[in-house]
This record gives sequence, C-alpha cells and structure tokens, in this order.
Amino acid sequence: MSEGQYSLEVKEYDKNLDLTKLKPYGDTMNDGKVQVSFTLPVEDNERGVEAALQLARAMGLKDPNCAHHGSLDKDFTFYVIFGSLTHTVNYEEVHVQTVEVETMDMVEVGEYIKEHIKRDVVIIGASTGTDAHTVGIDAVMNMKGFAGHYGLERYPMIEALNLGSQVENEEFIKKAIELKADVLLVSQTVTQKDIHIQNLTNLVELLEAEGIRDKVVLICGGPRITHELAKELGYDAGFGPGKFAGDIASFAITEMVERGLA
Amino acid sequence: MESKLNLNWSLVEKARNSAKNIAKDTQVFIDLHTTVTVERTVCRLLGIDGVDEVGVPIPNIVVENIKNGNGLALGAAMFIGNAMLETGLSPQEVSEKVAKGEMDLTKLPMHDAFEIKLAIDKVAKAMVTKITENRGKREAYLEEFGDKSGPYLYAIVATGNIYEDITQARAAAKQGADIIAVIRTTGQSLLDFVPFGATTEGFGGTFATQENFRLMRAALDEVGEELGRYIRLCNYCSGLCMPEIAAMGAIERLDVMLNDALYGILFRDINMQRTIVDQYFSRIINGFAGVIINTGEDNYLTTADAVEEAHTVLASQFINEQFALVAGIPEEQMGLGHAFEISPDVENGFLLELAQAQMAREIFPRAPLKYMPPTKFKTGDIFKGQVQDTLFNMVTIMTGQKLHLLGMITEAIHTPFMADRAISIDNAKYIFSTMKDLGSEITFKSGGIMETRVDEVLNKATDLIQEIEKEGLFSTLEQGKFAGIKRPLTGGKGLAGVVQKDKAYFNPFVELMLGGKK
Repeated sequence: MSEGQYSLEVKEYDKNLDLTKLKPYGDTMNDGKVQVSFTLPVEDNERGVEAALQLARAMGLKDPNCAHHGSLDKDFTFYVIFGSLTHTVNYEEVHVQTVEVETMDMVEVGEYIKEHIKRDVVIIGASTGTDAHTVGIDAVMNMKGFAGHYGLERYPMIEALNLGSQVENEEFIKKAIELKADVLLVSQTVTQKDIHIQNLTNLVELLEAEGIRDKVVLICGGPRITHELAKELGYDAGFGPGKFAGDIASFAITEMVERGLA
Repeated sequence: MESKLNLNWSLVEKARNSAKNIAKDTQVFIDLHTTVTVERTVCRLLGIDGVDEVGVPIPNIVVENIKNGNGLALGAAMFIGNAMLETGLSPQEVSEKVAKGEMDLTKLPMHDAFEIKLAIDKVAKAMVTKITENRGKREAYLEEFGDKSGPYLYAIVATGNIYEDITQARAAAKQGADIIAVIRTTGQSLLDFVPFGATTEGFGGTFATQENFRLMRAALDEVGEELGRYIRLCNYCSGLCMPEIAAMGAIERLDVMLNDALYGILFRDINMQRTIVDQYFSRIINGFAGVIINTGEDNYLTTADAVEEAHTVLASQFINEQFALVAGIPEEQMGLGHAFEISPDVENGFLLELAQAQMAREIFPRAPLKYMPPTKFKTGDIFKGQVQDTLFNMVTIMTGQKLHLLGMITEAIHTPFMADRAISIDNAKYIFSTMKDLGSEITFKSGGIMETRVDEVLNKATDLIQEIEKEGLFSTLEQGKFAGIKRPLTGGKGLAGVVQKDKAYFNPFVELMLGGKK
C-alpha cells in the first residue's frame, strides 16, 4: 500500500499561505497532510482496508493512504491513515473566549491582594462528584505545586484548602459557606460519557438555590475543560491543561475586585 | 543475597523488624474489633446472597438486623447458627425470612453456643472446600498451560458495561495480556454495600458484583483455553467492603486483588479503625484463596513527589508486607506496589527509577512486585507518552518486576480504547524480548548515582518506620506522615460500622482459613 519514503506526487496547488483558507501543514504549505488512526469492528483484510479508506475520504481526506493495519482481535482491526485534508477554515474569522487576565507571579498576587482586597482570600478546591482523581486539584493547590509552579497553599494572603476527591456538591457548598470562601475551584479529571458536565451544571444550580452564586468566584478545571465550556455552564472561568496556580489566582483576585467582592 | 546496589542489609533488617512490631501492635486493636462488612462477609461465606425487592443486599439486611438488636459483638455467625438450630432452615432461608420482616435474629431463644458452632462449622467448611477447589482449578490450569516466567502484562478494562468489558478483555488477552483488571466504577469504594447482579452502567469503570466477577471469569477461562494460557482476573478489594469483595473473589476464582492496608484511609478518607479491621479479614480470605494482593504504594506518588517521597513507598511496602504475613499471605502472593512517576524533566530520573525498582526487587525477593506505569506526567501528547511507557517497560525487564501494569498513551485523555491497549502490549512485548537479559548482564557503578540514591531512600524509610514504631500507626496517620495526608482517628467514613467484640465472639472463617498460621 505504501508509496515509499519519498513523495513523487506533483504538487499542483497554491503554496502560499492564505489565512482565509487555512489547512494542515505536512512538509509543504497547503499540502493538507493529516494522520488519523481508528479501529473498525471487522476482520483484517483488503475489504476492511478499503472500508477504512472510504471512511477517510468521507472525512475529507484526498488520496488517503493506509500506512498500517493490524488485527486487534478476530473482528477488530486497527488502521493508520495519512491523507490530504480538503477542508479549510477561515482563520481571520475564528474567535475564541479566553481568560483575559495578565498572569501575576506569587509575590505580585500577594501584593495585589494587600492593595486591593486588604484581607486574606479564601480559596477552596475539590475534585467533586464521583471523581477520585486529585492530580489536577493537587497540582494547583498543594504547597509544592507542579512543574516548578508553587501551589496556592504557598501563596501569601491566600488561605487555600484542598478538600480532596469525591466531594459531593452539597458538601462542597456547605464547606464554602462555613469557611466564607471567596473562590471555589472544581476539578474534573476522569470522566466518562460526559458525567463531568452534569456534575458541573449541578453545582451551579445548587449554588444558585443557596443564593450564593453571585458571592463567589467559581472556577473549574481539568483536561477536558475549556474557558468557553466553563462560561457556557455558568462558571466564571475554566482552565485546561498547561495552566498553573498563578493563572488561576490572578484571574480569581482580579475578578473579585471587578465584581466588588473584595 | 548479593546486592547490585550494595544495599545495607542490616538496615533492611532493622526496618523489617520495626514494621513487624507496628503490625503486631496494630493487631491488638484488630483482634478486639469487628465491623459491619466483616460480618456481612461471614454471611456471604455462609452462602447468603441476593437482594430484597428494593435492591438492598440481603447480607446488609441481616447484619443490620443483628446490629439493631445489639448483637453484632457476638458475630453474625452466632445468630445465623442459632436461627438454623431454632428453625431447621439454611442460612439463606433464614436470611430471606429476616429480609421479609418475618424473623428478628436477636429475639430468638438462644441455643447452646457449642451447638451453634457445630451447625455453622458444617456450612462454613462446605464454603471453605469450595474455595479450596477453586484454588485447585487455578493450579490445574497453570499445570496444564504452564505459567509465564517473565512479567505478567496487566491490562485494564473500564467501559462501565460488563458485556463490553468482556469484548475488550478477550481482545486484550488475544493481544497478549496476562491479567485483566476490571476497573471499578468511581465511587464504589464509598458504598457500604456491594451491588448485585450483572451491571451495564458505570462511570470510569464497572461495578464489582459477584455476577460480574462470574461472567468475566467464564469469558477469560474460555479465551484462555483457546489460547492455551491462563488469563488472570483482577478486581479491587478496597473501600468500605474490603472483605466482602475478597469473599466474592474467592468464590468466583479471581486471581489478583488490589488490597492495601492503608490506601482507603489515605485516599478515600475511610476511617482508619474501620480499614485496619477490614483489611485483616480481607487478607485472610485472599491469602487462603491463593489470590495475589496488590498494594497501593504507587498512589503516594500521584499526590506526593516521587523523588522526595520515595522512602514513604518503601516504608509502606515494609508495613504492607508485615500486615500481609499476619493475615497468612505468603510472600509469593504479595504484589507490593510502586510506580514510575518521576517527572520526565528530572535529570537522571531514569536512573532513580531503575534504582528504586532494583532496590524493591532485592528487599522483597519473592514478592511478585506490582509496577505502575507513568500517569501523573502523561500530557495528552501520545507520542511522548509512548516514549515514557517504553522507559517504564525497560525498568520492568531490567529489574524483574512481575505485575506490569501497561502504560497507556492516552492516559489523561480517556479510558483506553482497544487500540491503545494493543499499542501498549506491542511496546511491552518488544522491550521485554529485545532486552530480556539486559538486567543480568549489567552491574551498577560502585558508589555511583544509583547506589547513593537507594542508600538515601533506605535510610529515610528506616527512620520513618522507626518513628511509626515509636508513635504507633494510628497516631502517625493522624499526623500526616504518609503522602502528606492527615486523617483523624475518629474521622472519615465508616466508623459507625466498627464494633467491639464480646468475649464470646465467633467467626468460623478466621480459624478455618488461617488455621495453624496464627
């Protein structure tokens, strides 16, 4: 199936970058090259390969090449396919919601709080619902932090409490009221069949029912959380992978001041 | 034994002795107490099963009935045996009457204790025989097919639907997996009952139920016979129902069980008194059933730093070893845990991993060590993930780890797809073959990075164990010496289920399963 290491195909397309017609880049501008891999619940044979190629074409891949296929079980086969994507997007018209706050470092956060809030900010965090994974919330909250970024527990002027995993939303809210928390952090790591969405939505509903939604900064985070999703669910912000305690603290305290919660 | 790392054996001896004292000291507490799940386990082992019309497990109803009558201190066996004598019915029939509200176990006239024990012993022995036969069946399979000499490839399935799990497990076995672990649905560890029947809904995993165990066991036996290999089945004996799940596993011939003495306390906030009592009976059952237990030290490193806290892993391995020995688990069934969790950014991190794994191998020479793959520093970059898993595979084959949990390139993205598992198995097979004898071909530099490292870890671990020996296990847990997690003696879940035993307390299975070992 493979056509060898070097591509001999004639490249008859415009090789200038046009951001209104953006497509993937392999080794030549606008070649559109992508790789996809998937499993089909069929036997590993030529018919299966052809089915995989047809699916690739249906995805918008021109000249798909099945570089690898291997049996996973009698009726399951794995395919790796390369091809040229025919679809484009207009990059000029792409808009995303991002958290638009300049990130302060630990010392700056402390000074900002001293100057604008003039008291300790109470932040509580938990991995809520059935989620037993604390990797995310630990990375953000625990003293040591993650990848060289200290956690919130080490921040001056911040009183951080990590409630750990499998905290029910009701209990989380009870604790928030008891500790007069200013900021609530919710982490959702492992999820299946979108349970995390239900759980996150449920928390917002409960906060509203308790009448404290307006009194707190509500933030969620996790590998599948984007800021856009978070806003949609009724959160003030959402933080995905690659964000650290500093990003979250900066947003939270700026938001507190802007909303007059200080 | 000659050490490749110039281990300080007198220090190892010291640490082990201190751990033994810790276990002995804690055993005093254990021997004085029972719990609701221990008693439900006794019910299950007496053949009591099923649920009432609203889905409450009958063992729960029976134990609740005895507890409400203030009888739990004598043990469930006493009241069930008594009811058997009184009515001439079987334990299951008696229990069904209790479930229908037709009988109150503590209100029946009490028969002679000796007569009760005689009646119970007959039923108990039948179950013990069944479990012994299961063990025999496993041994017969291993005799017929032979057992693998290298690492066992351990794959997880976690679809939430037992039937889908079976499809995935069959495929994984065909690809080369030796152990199939059915991950439990998140949250099951906090249920104070075991769900019933075949289940098709779960989150991040599948409910551990006896019927699910049975279905998966049958499927793995079938695929194993087709392949001429014995495929081991693993589940989770942790949470609020440790011994009940051990009993279900013994009845359905599971081969491997997650079963840590401290894990529930630290990571699920289960009350320490509860877990300590529960783990003991669960381990007696696992030991007797020939089940390899997996301990959970790897979890320390998902919260704490793998470089700084490596000694807590070793300390916990020593403690788990001693708790297991007290419960009659031989070293050959102790899958002491650790993990490849040092940040990829740490210079010479691979050397530190290799040193730690080699050290564990030498200190616990007969234990089938359980080695967990990188998870904490998996990023979603599957290509880098493949490299991380490869390095992890290298450590296993170089240091003779036994239960090798396959790393998944899609860790941190989703529960594994069928193809993710196949890619991982291919990787492991390749490394295990191409580097098969590398470990026995190389020696480590005297006074080098690895020697220095294990010396430091061993010293710190010994200090920690000696401190625990002095302070007592409970007080150490209260102070947060493990994984930096503090747990109060009377906090956490499940304390209400701990009961002080009466002098006349009776549990036939401890004697039958532990026998002369205690």
